[in-house]
Amino acid sequence: MTSSMLFNATTIAYMASMVVFFAFLATRNKAVGLTGSLLAYAGFAAQTLAIALRWKESYDIGYGHAPLSNLYESVVFFSWTIILIYMFIELKYKYRIVGAFVVPFAFLGMSWAQLGMQSGIEPLVPALQSNWLLYHVITCFLGYAAFAVACGISIMYLVKARSEEGGGGAAGGLMSMFPPIRVLDDLNYRAIMIGFPLLTLGIITGAAWANYAWGTYWSWDPKETWSLIVWFIYAAFLHARFTRGWVGKRAAWLSIIGFAATIFCYLGVNLFLSGLHSYGSSKM
Amino acid sequence: MATTDRSFVQSLWDFFCSLKLTIFLLISLALTSIIGTILPQGKLPPEYVAEISPMKFQIYSKLGFFDMYHSWWFILLLYVFSLNLVCCSIKRLPHVFKFISEPTLVLGESLRKGFSLKQELGFSASLDKGREALVEFLAKEFAAPVVTEQDGEYHLFAQKSAWCRLGVYVVHLSILIIFIGAILGSLFGYKGFAAIVEGTSVSSIQAHNGADIPLGFEVRCEKFNVSFYDSGAPKEFKSILTVLENGQPVKGLTNVRVVVNEPLTYKGFTFYQSSYGQASESSDHSFTVQSASGAPVGQFTLREGQTTTLKDGTTFKLLETTGDISQFMPNFSGPAARVEVTPKGKTAQTFIVFKNYPDANAQRGDALQFVYEGSNAKMYTGLQVAKDPGVWVVWLGCALMVCGLFIAFFMSHKRVWIVVSKGYARMYGNASKNQAAFQMQFEELSDKLKNLKI
Repeated sequence: MTSSMLFNATTIAYMASMVVFFAFLATRNKAVGLTGSLLAYAGFAAQTLAIALRWKESYDIGYGHAPLSNLYESVVFFSWTIILIYMFIELKYKYRIVGAFVVPFAFLGMSWAQLGMQSGIEPLVPALQSNWLLYHVITCFLGYAAFAVACGISIMYLVKARSEEGGGGAAGGLMSMFPPIRVLDDLNYRAIMIGFPLLTLGIITGAAWANYAWGTYWSWDPKETWSLIVWFIYAAFLHARFTRGWVGKRAAWLSIIGFAATIFCYLGVNLFLSGLHSYGSSKM
Repeated sequence: MATTDRSFVQSLWDFFCSLKLTIFLLISLALTSIIGTILPQGKLPPEYVAEISPMKFQIYSKLGFFDMYHSWWFILLLYVFSLNLVCCSIKRLPHVFKFISEPTLVLGESLRKGFSLKQELGFSASLDKGREALVEFLAKEFAAPVVTEQDGEYHLFAQKSAWCRLGVYVVHLSILIIFIGAILGSLFGYKGFAAIVEGTSVSSIQAHNGADIPLGFEVRCEKFNVSFYDSGAPKEFKSILTVLENGQPVKGLTNVRVVVNEPLTYKGFTFYQSSYGQASESSDHSFTVQSASGAPVGQFTLREGQTTTLKDGTTFKLLETTGDISQFMPNFSGPAARVEVTPKGKTAQTFIVFKNYPDANAQRGDALQFVYEGSNAKMYTGLQVAKDPGVWVVWLGCALMVCGLFIAFFMSHKRVWIVVSKGYARMYGNASKNQAAFQMQFEELSDKLKNLKI
C-alpha cells in the first residue's frame, strides 16, 4: 500500500461523505446523516495513515522530512485539519448537519491536490530544514481550518436567517434540520475562538523561526502582512461581539470575509504576490 | 468655559475609550496593510518605475506607499491603536478589579430571579446545622465559601478563577509590550551584512544604509562549503567560523559550524548563513583538452580574461567562470566556464564548458574538446548580521499574549451561591463564559446537593 493510493481513497471518502450529507439535507433521515459522518471519519482515518506513510516514504527516499513542505502537501494537510476541527465541533456540540457545509471544503482541497498538483516528494531547501517548520505549519493550518468551519457555519446562518425572514414556509422542512440561528451564531463564535489563538501561535512561531533563520522576526513580507490582516479581521470580529448590532448577520459576513482573507493569505499570496513563502521553489 | 473644557476632555476620553474606534482601527489597519503587499516596498525595481506614470509615482511617493509600514500615517494608526487599547483598559480595569475583590456576597430577591441555574434543597435540621453542612459541602465540592448573615438568612458565596476576567487585559498588555520590544529593536538594534572570503576575517559589518558598524571583535571564515541534491537543488550551505578577540580565537567559538537555521551568536550579534559566492579575483582555472577521439592534447591554467594559444594555433580565451551554474542554467549545477575558442583561420565560437558534465562537452562534436577542471578560487560566505536588544521583550509579549488568549477564551469565572433559610436552601450559579459547560458542572453539584442528608 502506498500513500498515494490512500490519498485517493481519502478523496473518494470525502466525496461520498459530501454526497451523503446532501442526501441527508434532502431526506432528513438520521441514518443517512450518521453515514455521512462515518464516511468523513473513515476518510480522516485513511488520510491520517496516508500522511504518516508519506512521511515514512520521504525517509525511505533519503530526503527525510515531514509532509508539509510544498503546496500539494499543505493542501492535503489543510483538508485533514478541516475534518479534524469539524469532528471536534460535531462530537462536542452534536450538530451533524454542519458537515454538509464543512466536508465540501475538505473534498475541494483533496480533489484539487490530487488532480491539479505535482505530488512528488521533494527534498527540503536549507531554509525549510528546521523543526520550526512543523510548529509553524501545524498551528497555522489548524487555525485556518477552524476559520473554514466558522465560514461553513456562517453560510448556514445566512441561509437559515434568510429563510426565516421569508416566512420559512417553503424551505421550512429543510431548515428545521439546521440548528437555531442563535446556536449557529454561537458556534461561529466558538470556532473562531479556537482559530484565533491558533493563528496567533502560528504567527508567533513563524516570527520566531524567521528570527532564528534570518535575524528578523518581522519583515512585512506579503505573507506575514496578510496573516496580520487576517488576525486584524478576527480581532475585529471578537471585539464586534461586545458591541450591539455586530452579532448575527454582520458577524456571519465578517466570518466569511475573514475566511476569504485567510484563503488569500494561504493561496493568493503565493499565486499573485511574491515573497518568502513560495512553496517548493528553490529559494533560500 | 470650564464646563466646555471639561466636556471636551470628557468627549476626547470617551472617543479613545470607544470600542467602535477599536473596530474602526482594526479594519483600517487590515485594509491599509493590503497596499504594501500589492505595491513593491523599499528598493523599487526599475521595470516597475518604468511601468507606472510619473503622476502616479509622485502621488504614491508622497503618500509613503513605497515604504508604507514606516509611513507617518501608518505609524500614527498604530499609535492611536495603542492609545485606544490603553484607554479601554484603564476605563474597564477598576470595574473588573472591583468585581473580583468585592464579589456579590448576598443575593437579593431581585437578583435571584435572573438565574437560569438553580436548585432547591429542603432540610429538617436547624438553620445553623444546615449552614455548617452546606459550607462543608461547597468547600468539598466546589470552593470554600464566604458566609454572610442577613435578615435571618445565611448567604454562602463561593467562586473559582475570578482572576480569569483579567485575561483580555493580559492580551492588551502583551500587544503594548511587543510594540515596546519593536521600538527598542529599531532604536538600539542593527541589521547588516558581512561577506567573508575563506581564510580571511572581518571586524565590522555593513549596515543596510551603507554605514560600517564595528563589531569589537573579529570573525574569520575558515571554510565554506555548499552541497547539492542529485536534482541540483541546494542541500546545505555551511560556513566554518571562528570568533577572534585581539587576534586570539575565543574558546568555544573556534571552528563553529554555521548553516541556514543554525546561526552563531556572540556579544549580542548574531550571524546567519544567507548567501555565498566565489571570490573571483586572481584565481586560476584549469582545463584539459582532448581530441574528438579522446586522446589527450594538453592541460593549461588560465585566469579570467586571459588567452592562450594551443600547439595547432587555436586560440582559447577564458571569458568568465562561476562556482555554480544553476543560477543561470537551472538544469545544470556545479562550476562552469564560458570560453571563446578560435581555431586557426576560422571564426570564434563561444560556449560553456561544465565541470560536472564532461559528456555535454563531448556532445559538441568539435575537433577539440575542452573540459573544465575547476579552479583554486576561494569561496566567500555571505552572512546576515543582526543585533536586536528588543527581541526578548517581543518574545515576552508573545508568551504573555498566548497565555492571555488562553485565559480569555478557555477559562471562565464560575460562581455559586447558596441562600440558607429555615428549613430549606437554594443554590444558584453562573459562569462568565461557556455557560453550557458550567451547566453540566452545576447539575452534577445539584445532584450531590439533593442527596445531602441534613
